[in-house]
Amino acid sequence: MAASFGVSSAAAANAVKSPALSPPSLPVIRSEARPISCRVNKSRKAGKITTKAVAAQAENPASAASKPGHEVLLFEALREGLEEEMERDPRVCIFGEDVGHYGGSYKVSKGLADKYGDLRVLDTPIAENSFIGMAVGAAMTGLRPVVEGMNMGFLLLAFNQISDNCGMLHYTSGGQFTIPTVIRGPGGVGRQLGAEHSQRLESYFQSIPGIQMVACSTPYNAKGLMKAAIRSENPVVLFEHVLLYNLKERIPDEEYVVSLEEAEMVRPGEHVTILTYSRMRYHVMQAAKTLVNKGYDPEVIDIRSLKPFDLYTIGNSIKKTHKVLIVEECMRTGGIGASLTAAINENFNDYLDAPIVCLSSQDVPTPYAGTLEEVTVVQPGQIVTAVEQLCR
Amino acid sequence: MACSATAKIIHNPLVLSSSRSAEKYESCCKISGPSSLLGSKFLGKKLLSAKSAISLASRRSGAVVAVSSDVVKEKKVKSGSSAASNLLITKEEGLVLYEDMYLGRAFEDMCAQMYYRGKMFGFVHLYNGQEAVSTGFIKLLKQEDCVVSTYRDHVHSLSKGVPARQVMSELFGKTTGCCRGQGGSMHMFSKEHNVLGGFAFIGEGIPVATGAAFTSKYKREVLKEDCDEVTLAFFGDGTCNNGQFFECLNMAALWKLPIVFVVENNLWAIGMSHLRSTSDPQIWKKGPAFGMPGVHVDGMDVLKVREVAQEAIGRARRGEGPTLVECETYRFRGHSLADPDELRDPAEKARYATRDPITALKKYLFENNLANEAELKAVDKKIDEIIEDSVEFADASPVPARNQLLENVFADPRGFGIGPDGKYRCEDPKFTEGTAQV
Repeated sequence: MAASFGVSSAAAANAVKSPALSPPSLPVIRSEARPISCRVNKSRKAGKITTKAVAAQAENPASAASKPGHEVLLFEALREGLEEEMERDPRVCIFGEDVGHYGGSYKVSKGLADKYGDLRVLDTPIAENSFIGMAVGAAMTGLRPVVEGMNMGFLLLAFNQISDNCGMLHYTSGGQFTIPTVIRGPGGVGRQLGAEHSQRLESYFQSIPGIQMVACSTPYNAKGLMKAAIRSENPVVLFEHVLLYNLKERIPDEEYVVSLEEAEMVRPGEHVTILTYSRMRYHVMQAAKTLVNKGYDPEVIDIRSLKPFDLYTIGNSIKKTHKVLIVEECMRTGGIGASLTAAINENFNDYLDAPIVCLSSQDVPTPYAGTLEEVTVVQPGQIVTAVEQLCR
Repeated sequence: MACSATAKIIHNPLVLSSSRSAEKYESCCKISGPSSLLGSKFLGKKLLSAKSAISLASRRSGAVVAVSSDVVKEKKVKSGSSAASNLLITKEEGLVLYEDMYLGRAFEDMCAQMYYRGKMFGFVHLYNGQEAVSTGFIKLLKQEDCVVSTYRDHVHSLSKGVPARQVMSELFGKTTGCCRGQGGSMHMFSKEHNVLGGFAFIGEGIPVATGAAFTSKYKREVLKEDCDEVTLAFFGDGTCNNGQFFECLNMAALWKLPIVFVVENNLWAIGMSHLRSTSDPQIWKKGPAFGMPGVHVDGMDVLKVREVAQEAIGRARRGEGPTLVECETYRFRGHSLADPDELRDPAEKARYATRDPITALKKYLFENNLANEAELKAVDKKIDEIIEDSVEFADASPVPARNQLLENVFADPRGFGIGPDGKYRCEDPKFTEGTAQV
């Protein structure tokens, strides 16, 4: 019996050289810093990314028609990605509560049950641990399930399956079984949803070996990450944010995926590196406007890949600015920011002119009252102050 | 209580809903309700008397049990080669069953030896005494059917066809093990033979089994493939108090998944008696509560188990949905090789020792002239040699080298991310050496 399970170094190298495990014709969007050129939407990468958190104003119909691409809301972008992948591969299926007939609690799977049937878009009973375990079993036997946590917080009930089975089975089986599942859902602090519906699970999951975690923040990267996650042979947790589903953006008509492991350059700059993800990206960009008016030039990077970190994009930025500010919605203790701080200190200590500043949410169960909720998360004012202090 | 065809039982156990027999059981169970909080020894005795009462009652009343004459009649039509018209198996089948059970027993005995000699480590859970369940069910499966087990998974893997060499190597932690030495005793996996684990936390495997059954249904109904694969989920009495068990009973019945839930009720969850932890200890009853048949069978009798298994697996293959089968069985050894096994009543152990499934099958084969002493001795010798060979193979196999450490963490090693130099970290030679810090 030949022990042919492992990934030989040659295979790994080859796997890396081809940009994606998808058909070669599909462009994989890489950030500008990397040598491989991206063929779609180069203009986006040059910094013309929308900095507005709210939907764009209605445009002149004539000019809208002449622009390439189509406008979508973020949840529609997610759905497009899902639908394209389901069309492409009949093994892709959806599990979750109310994903079928109801169309998903945030309408991400709206219409898909009508199109693909009740088995491909499976309405599950309320049993997170078990239906995530079911997704693992289905993935091991050949399907590619996309599982929705109606709210990411509910996935705490599935921690057993996500940690032990999703993350570990590829390893404990000696590489025999792959678990190509995507676990996704809305998380983050919303508008007075109460403590349990306002959780950030990225900090709890980040230590699980064997999973990847990504957070989407724009319709463009939402669709790209959804597709990339579905195509990945690894189990991927895709974090969406409750308050970002109605963001509007123009996205390409052509098919595209984005890299799961790369960070996104939002705004190049010289003075300070601001690392952020998900909703805080918009607080950061709001603060950036104020900072620019005050004469600062912040470089804003949406890290997107929460596990693993893109140390290349992050490192290049630090080598340029020598100052780092992390802005996250995670709690302070054991959060993504904590890990990122450690990783930066380990890898780029020589390049830092000042200690890393990390702005996180307060380690507090998110209160219901609006005034209190507002001060549990990082606000743009705090970001401005932090940059001013850092750049003094 | 050996492998006699109990012709008194007249109803197909799986068509019968338990409501009829429930009354019979309730009247039996008045003898010993679980209300007492006395020590396990006392309760154990009471349980045994309840179970005897149950089997007495069943023989008298024809309530839910293991063998149904419908099935027996079916077999009579099918197996034309069996000389006696009331035999349950042919000679060939008998030898297969015997060989498989003996393989399981001999392998586990060898594991105990090897453990005490320091060749295998950690938590090792042996299956001695329960062989009838594994053999009775798994020998009816095709290679494409899936088996999911718990930490007591060596014998399930062997019955399913995983070579003894691979299992023994895995236990020794060698690269030639079925999981390259990365899983160990509690994590036996085989893609080739569709053994989906090997799980350390009880209950954890049941959703995985449910998912595998879902794939089978999906292949048939969505992908329009010709697929009638079934999945068997094995687990114990302790697991039947766990949420995942109930959640999966619900989903499997709801979607009529091709799965059989096989409860190996050996009465003990480490040191916790089933009666002390379960409000209603009759696990088979929990099936109908979720809309599937629940069957109770004597798990020390491989022929009875096989009869029930045939029907349950047949149901699943035909798309009629899941079945819950409770096998009354017993483990002759402690929970694991680290368990001093002091809580169980020696009298209880002695009683079950007289019901050793291998001895019982032997007796049946002899009494019905299906095999003689010499033939069985030949099987024993063959198996002993296989076991010896597996130990030699495992001993001679290499231990995993350092460079195996980081393989298989991700199916796609790009999951380790991009390093400061811009290359994927898995391109770093330290990765193939296994010395990189992840």
